[in-house]
Amino acid sequence: MLWNLPFITVVVLTFIGIVTVLLKKNLIKILLGINILESAVNLFLVSLGYREGGVAPIFTLAPSELMVLPTPQALTLTSIVIGVATSALVLSFAMVLHKKYGTVDIDKIRRLKE
Amino acid sequence: MTLADFIVTNAPALLVAIPLFAAFTSPAVGKISTAARNLWVMGAMLLTAAVAFILAFRVFSTGTVIYVFGAAATTLAVPLDSGGIPIRIIFTVDAMSAFMEIICAIVGTSVLLYSLSSESKNTSLEGYYALFLLMITGVFGMVSTGDFFNFFVFLEILSLASAGLIAYRIDGGLAVEAALKYFVLSTLGAILVLFAIGIYYGQYNALNIAMIAQRMQFTMLDKIALVLLIAALAMKCGAVPMHFWTPDAYSMAPSSVTAFLVVASQASLYGLFRILFTFYNVTLNCVTVGWIIIILGILSMVVGVTMAIPQKDVKRLIAYCAISQTGYMLLGVGVGLAVLGNAALSNAFGFVAMEGGIFHIFNDAVFKGLLFLTAGAIFYRIGTCDLNKMGGLGHNMKYTMIFFIIGALATAGIPPFNGFASKLMIYESVYLFNPILAIIAMVVSILTLAVFVKVFHSIFMGPQLPEYADVKEAPLPMLIGMGILAAIVILFGLFPQLVVNGLVAPAAHALTNQGGYISSVLGGA
Repeated sequence: MLWNLPFITVVVLTFIGIVTVLLKKNLIKILLGINILESAVNLFLVSLGYREGGVAPIFTLAPSELMVLPTPQALTLTSIVIGVATSALVLSFAMVLHKKYGTVDIDKIRRLKE
Repeated sequence: MTLADFIVTNAPALLVAIPLFAAFTSPAVGKISTAARNLWVMGAMLLTAAVAFILAFRVFSTGTVIYVFGAAATTLAVPLDSGGIPIRIIFTVDAMSAFMEIICAIVGTSVLLYSLSSESKNTSLEGYYALFLLMITGVFGMVSTGDFFNFFVFLEILSLASAGLIAYRIDGGLAVEAALKYFVLSTLGAILVLFAIGIYYGQYNALNIAMIAQRMQFTMLDKIALVLLIAALAMKCGAVPMHFWTPDAYSMAPSSVTAFLVVASQASLYGLFRILFTFYNVTLNCVTVGWIIIILGILSMVVGVTMAIPQKDVKRLIAYCAISQTGYMLLGVGVGLAVLGNAALSNAFGFVAMEGGIFHIFNDAVFKGLLFLTAGAIFYRIGTCDLNKMGGLGHNMKYTMIFFIIGALATAGIPPFNGFASKLMIYESVYLFNPILAIIAMVVSILTLAVFVKVFHSIFMGPQLPEYADVKEAPLPMLIGMGILAAIVILFGLFPQLVVNGLVAPAAHALTNQGGYISSVLGGA
């Protein structure tokens, strides 16, 4: 049970993230929801890569035995970087929209015709 | 090693490296002069297109090309000391990928040529060209990669660049609103894709597409991953009921960008097909999943065209038609998938349906691109996309009118244009599968024709309006860009058999041949 804790956290975070994205009206809060979802995925990837008693793949310190494959950590780093770009872009959209519309409430950002 | 050898050997890497390099250097080159930047950007695009054609020629003549980054030899997929796991980043270019690369090269080149003059009046062009080349990088990367995580990275590069370009014209906030809608949805989609990647990695310890395909068990977790991926990628390609972003994004982006967004959506469609056929293939419950794809396709066709009828904005209208054309591709390939496990039915019509669907990807990219470019030319000259304000433009913009007719008739599937060739293949084969589906497809085509007759009449026909009396024809680079696409529409319509035998059939074979894809990377098997 205890070693499933990271995965349970992933599920909880995913749930919180999706609810935030779907129910919140404030653009900044929606972005926070997306960020929570991203963290959930990152935690998922890192938890997948964890091996009990594994040796970290740092060549200078490691004893000469089998080491853990660092792929999930590499994936997580890439995904964090992409997440930063995503947040920056959404925030800049929010800035422009606030300047033009005077609000970041998505119910009021509806000038495009249906 | 001569330069030619170098280019041929490293073609898959150059395909991504050239536009990426040119994208980040173009603002610096732009400091010298506008002409220098135009030359730089266009040169990079032509070079990329040339590399894409060289690579495609090699793939179609000798079979799948793999390219391993950082290995001793570019074809050494599995390092000798790795215990049989392809650990490096691999580009696997099979006939289907090469097919998509040709589309991207042709549409990318003509759209860039077009935008040299269509965007010349705007400010902050350095951002425009940098983002446009990043979009090209994203599409080429998505269709060539043989590593599933890389697919996610290129997907994100593509969404970030596309969102930036959709918002590029700001337009009192409207364009930003459209871009925001697109970007939030595609970020959510990308997160779903990353979840699926995590699920595969957790089960099969691999990110390589061939490796995952070889180890595929179709467990419960794989089903969850499949659902996540279908939802994410069907949303990215704009299939109903996840199409809400499409009309907004397509209508608010500059027309040149919209024409390329069509290709970007099709890269997601490629991802969807790659997952269905290469990851799962016959381990899948083909009939159920095939029908899900067919239903998505039918919904897109019907809803797309019925929503197109009342539109007042010409680009919005074409965007809804684009949704309905995506439906045809999903329908064709869905029928092929539904009968994949049954060799007799597959040979009888399933394979032709897939060829029709894949052929339609190419045709749609070309004629939808052409239509968006003509809409852009009209906007460039008269400054509005509102159909009610247009009229009588046929007197002033004769070439644009001819290009619009070609694009519209091809969309509606009228011979001798290319849309007819692929739609005929879809009708014939789908009729054998289920007559009702084929009849729906034909009715949608007729409605499409009706929509375009109305649009054509309100834009070009009628007496010359006084306010448009001195409207001039679109500038030459825009006409050349449209002309390239129009020429392809006609050529493919006149000689469909050549294209089907030369390009489409190998692509469809490569897509269904899971074993071939696996053995080209992992060897033997």
